[in-house]
Amino acid sequence: MRDFFSGYEVGDFFDEMFAAPGVVRPHYSKLFARFKEMERDEFERKRELAASTFLSQGVTFTVYNDDQGTERIFPFDLVPRIIPAEEWELIERGLVQRITALNLFLHDIYHTQNILRDGIIPKQIVWEAAHFRPEFMHFDVPRNIYIHICGTDLIRDEKGAYLVLEDNARCPSGVSYVIENRQTMKRTFPSLLAQYRVRPVEDYSQELLNVLRYIAPGGKSEPTVVLLTPGVYNSAYFEHSFLARSMGIEIVEGRDLVAQGGKVFMRTTMGLKPVDVIYRRINDDFLDPLVFRKDSGLGVPGLVEAYRDGNVSLANSIGTGIADDKAVYHFVPKMIRYYLSEDPILPNVPTYLAAVKEDLAYILEHIPELVIKAVNESGGYGMLIGPQATKAECERFREKVRKHPRNYIAQPVVPLSRAPAFCDETMQGRHVDLRPFVLFGEKVTIVPGGLTRVALRAGSLVVNSSQGGGSKDTWILEEDENAA
Amino acid sequence: MLSRVADSLYWMSRYIERAENNARIAGVNLQLLLDLTNPAEANPKHQWDPIISSLEENELFASLYDSPDGKTVIDFVSLQKKNPNSIFSCLSHARENARTTREQISSEMWEQINRLYLFVKSDAAKKLVRTSPYEFFKRIITGSHLFQGITDATMTHGEGWDFIRIGKLLERADCTSRILDVKYHIILPSGEKVGGNVDTIQWMSVLRSCSALEAYRKVYVDQVAPWKVAEFIITHSAFPRSIRFSVDYFDAALHHISGSSESKYANEAERLSGRLRSDLDYVTIGDIFKFGLHEYLEQIQERLVEISDAMHSSYCAETTLDNVATG
Repeated sequence: MRDFFSGYEVGDFFDEMFAAPGVVRPHYSKLFARFKEMERDEFERKRELAASTFLSQGVTFTVYNDDQGTERIFPFDLVPRIIPAEEWELIERGLVQRITALNLFLHDIYHTQNILRDGIIPKQIVWEAAHFRPEFMHFDVPRNIYIHICGTDLIRDEKGAYLVLEDNARCPSGVSYVIENRQTMKRTFPSLLAQYRVRPVEDYSQELLNVLRYIAPGGKSEPTVVLLTPGVYNSAYFEHSFLARSMGIEIVEGRDLVAQGGKVFMRTTMGLKPVDVIYRRINDDFLDPLVFRKDSGLGVPGLVEAYRDGNVSLANSIGTGIADDKAVYHFVPKMIRYYLSEDPILPNVPTYLAAVKEDLAYILEHIPELVIKAVNESGGYGMLIGPQATKAECERFREKVRKHPRNYIAQPVVPLSRAPAFCDETMQGRHVDLRPFVLFGEKVTIVPGGLTRVALRAGSLVVNSSQGGGSKDTWILEEDENAA
Repeated sequence: MLSRVADSLYWMSRYIERAENNARIAGVNLQLLLDLTNPAEANPKHQWDPIISSLEENELFASLYDSPDGKTVIDFVSLQKKNPNSIFSCLSHARENARTTREQISSEMWEQINRLYLFVKSDAAKKLVRTSPYEFFKRIITGSHLFQGITDATMTHGEGWDFIRIGKLLERADCTSRILDVKYHIILPSGEKVGGNVDTIQWMSVLRSCSALEAYRKVYVDQVAPWKVAEFIITHSAFPRSIRFSVDYFDAALHHISGSSESKYANEAERLSGRLRSDLDYVTIGDIFKFGLHEYLEQIQERLVEISDAMHSSYCAETTLDNVATG
């Protein structure tokens, strides 16, 4: 019988499972042995079980502009990604350091702006950022926390070093898959899971609820917490519903809330009920038509006034988008040094800012070798991967960058690490990233795990679900897990 | 509970009950056809027209098909996406409502609705409707029953459950009245007398549509007579698909939500439902036939709409600061 891994090519990349062709890394050896003894039809049965579990649970995301079957399953790959304890320990320290610096940065930017005055970050980078909210200058957020929930995307370079690709400090999504993927692995690979000592991820929802309760106005002890969703047609609706269910809180839409006299209420069958904390999964722009976009039907008129009056708390706070702006990203290592006097534990990917003259000249000359990203886009939209683009596409981006330099950054192409994924009836190396979720409340909590996204198309470096990406379960091993 | 959520639970439940009843009506008619007709003499239009009429969808049907016969009516009732009340549409609506209330219902309930929905969406369902429509309808009915059982066994019997019960029972009262009304639209084959053999078979099929034939036999041991069938289906106090039973129990659920005693009313919905309930307690079949069976059933349908509207404005309409909840 053909072995699942017999034709596996490691290639010129860092491979999560193989140190060299045929040489399995110690923490993958039990998994390798399990797959060696497994029959094809057993694997097929597991795949079917996994797919039907996702479908019957309704673990789906919505695809826009697609009239047939608008709900899709996020493709799930059955080979878990395994991370040894010592690597996780580094990631954890790096992420705690990073979110601490980002929160200090936000407080500074919305108050005295020392970091601009000291010339660490050029003023115009902040003032021209689309998600900077000068309306909130000198506003004190509850407990002085701006980013309560952060999803930071990590990648590994050709040597296996972890790098930060971007921070998602507004409404990061994907955590429901972290938990559902684990549930699915428990059903499909119970014995393999039992052979490893894998740290659990289930308590994410409880930790999140703790954070949300912690920021209640005036330290209220039994606050009413709700999750605000744009609605059932939002691509992440499953996650909103999942989190509300697992925290035991109401999931509300804008039309369920009413703001009056500086307070926010929800409409219930027994009348209006006051709301204290809102975990909003709606971007700033749509929160309140009286303050932000007038055409927003998703928000609540008067919500921002209630927030300003300190009668309702929001997670994340308004204006955190300045922290995950891709041009500001370039300065995060400098922030860490500036605010914490520490060296960054997790380095950035080298970044060129088109807004800086010398960088712009370099970018315009080297477009075919670079990745160009629009600073305010996410989800794999608005980007160009130079080496994989046609000449015409490169030209189009050259024009865009020249016209609006503040809107673009460029990075060298990082050869993301690869992990085996089941594609075309066999195991093949596919590029992966990792999005751990960082919670900032009374303390910083990082549930050991994260969303490993995998670019299932051969050769593709884009892992986003909207661009043909899938996901894997991520196993963080206990410290005393004997790798061999 | 959020007003929007209460509304969604109510409609989720109504749509599932509606899908079940559509399956009942169509399934029984299929069987009736086998009992009655010598295929050469059969006039399919006479057999299937009443179903379209009782659903009040004659115009929509005429815009989609040439003439009513077994094939077109079954398609219309089962999987036709353009029919907002086809089984497919009902289950899509039910699932959409369930999707927005997943934090209120149990996972088992969600999985059952989702399974039913995925079934009617599948090629297997299309094939089954073509090859064995009776099996298809049976599967829908069983699926709905399973959902009701799961609901009662896995969901907290609180406010949300009450809204689900009200939705189910209000819809059931409405559908039962329509099933009975099908008989009004049926034209007897020429030469057949009222009270004749064909007439009896038709009345039996009405009972069967409500799963009431066996229960009826236990009450009225003699033959199937029209007024007795109507009396049973409208006024029986303990048969779970009778109109009176449905009204009694949603009235109780309404009081359970508001906490008011059943002899008083706390809002307009309770007043209207209490009045309908007492009418059904004291009406005789003689009164009904004097009034006109069809007219009486139509009047019940209208009153059910009024109750539904009143409930919506009591619990789900825009609320103002005047009624801030206490506690």
